[in-house]
Amino acid sequence: MIRVNNNISGDYMEHIYHAHAYLGAFLLFALTFGAFTLTTKMAHFVSHFLASKDTEKIKLSIYECGPEVTKQPNRLSPQFYLFALLFILFDVEIVFMFPWAVDFKYLGWFGFTEMIGFIVLLAIGFIYAWRKGALQWHSIK
Amino acid sequence: MGIDYIIATIIKIVIVMLVFSALAGFGTYFERKILAFMQRRLGPMSVGPYGILQIMADGIKLFTKEDIIPTSVVGKIFKIAPIITASTAFMAAATIPFWPDFTIFGYRVQPIITDSSVGLLYVIGVMAVGLFGVLLGGMASSNKYSLISAARSSAVFLSYEVITGLALLAPIMLVGSLSLVNFNAYQVGGISNWLVWKQPIAFILFWIAAFAETGRTPFHLIANDHEIIDGFGTEYSGMRWGLFFIGEYANMFFISFVIVLVFMGGFGDGSVLSALAFLGKVAFFFFFFLWTRAAWPDVRPDQLMWLCWKVLMPLAVINIVITGFVVMF
Repeated sequence: MIRVNNNISGDYMEHIYHAHAYLGAFLLFALTFGAFTLTTKMAHFVSHFLASKDTEKIKLSIYECGPEVTKQPNRLSPQFYLFALLFILFDVEIVFMFPWAVDFKYLGWFGFTEMIGFIVLLAIGFIYAWRKGALQWHSIK
Repeated sequence: MGIDYIIATIIKIVIVMLVFSALAGFGTYFERKILAFMQRRLGPMSVGPYGILQIMADGIKLFTKEDIIPTSVVGKIFKIAPIITASTAFMAAATIPFWPDFTIFGYRVQPIITDSSVGLLYVIGVMAVGLFGVLLGGMASSNKYSLISAARSSAVFLSYEVITGLALLAPIMLVGSLSLVNFNAYQVGGISNWLVWKQPIAFILFWIAAFAETGRTPFHLIANDHEIIDGFGTEYSGMRWGLFFIGEYANMFFISFVIVLVFMGGFGDGSVLSALAFLGKVAFFFFFFLWTRAAWPDVRPDQLMWLCWKVLMPLAVINIVITGFVVMF
């Protein structure tokens, strides 16, 4: 393990430069997923002994006002898909802008004017979506 | 790679999991107490002094309830959805420094699980993955209330993910790093160095987006009781439902940490006093979530989308361009 004192962070907190930087994130994922799976399993096990068991048909059906229950097909309003498409359009652009923002001061005027051009193109798409009414919540009436 | 590093990482993870699971429980207690005081009630008072043992009672009840899985749900997805919500909420903690460096028993301890150079990107990315728990849980329930809730939550999360990213770009341009430790180091030296004074618009935008990302009250459309019962949680009971709550409260705590680290100076120079002030600031932002719930009504879904795409997003882009010009000149 190499400890390097990064010039920006000074003495109060050092960066650890490590060969396996994401080991911690992976361990956290594995341990939390395992722990919460175990929690539900334990709750299932405990309630098997303590809770009352009842397999009445209406109780095991889904929640609805009235006893006649039909299974809901997974069909959604197309409005939601429009927002998902807009998200893909804009969030992918933002992911491109992150590396630019980190190196913003080194890239100087060149990087800044390039990014202004990029934002203008993005704005044209945004204005198009706005004028087309994609950002409006349409009434089904 | 030393074995001591792995053991230290596992100890840190266990501490983070225990502390924040407990804090999620205390969070429900604080929420009930604070809402009650704001409405001139007493809140939970029966179990223990001032109702402090209410958390234990709730935990025992959640654990011993019958594990109901309705017959028409898609079983495997239904069971894994709350685990996804809870574990992704905790995964966001990996790159957050919770306290400055300190020395204990001769070891120098760094209270951060993985000191990544892309910490901020990792946090907002993992928090967005939490959407899948709600989405899968709602769609697997084959219930129309759950389905509406899943659709709404995906629309809200995706829209406000754009705001989160754009709002954070301007501070990143100033600091020139994605590491939360570097964000803290940039703001050392008193209140006047805090990024909130240089980036007030980004701060407000990120704060508003935090309410949407955690699904708290002004944007609490995903489980709006008077319209769609309990939303994605309608079919859940017992500990599976409890995991959704642990995830929500852990998210609230972690996003409070991120707001304080990015905009409000973090733990500053690392002295004990400023580290305690750090926890105080985090507690204030957590309290603000509860305060808003007592003071504000919910918005409608169309107002939410209007606010996101037609107000906040143009503001965020203009903020980035202005920041660029100011830094350049």
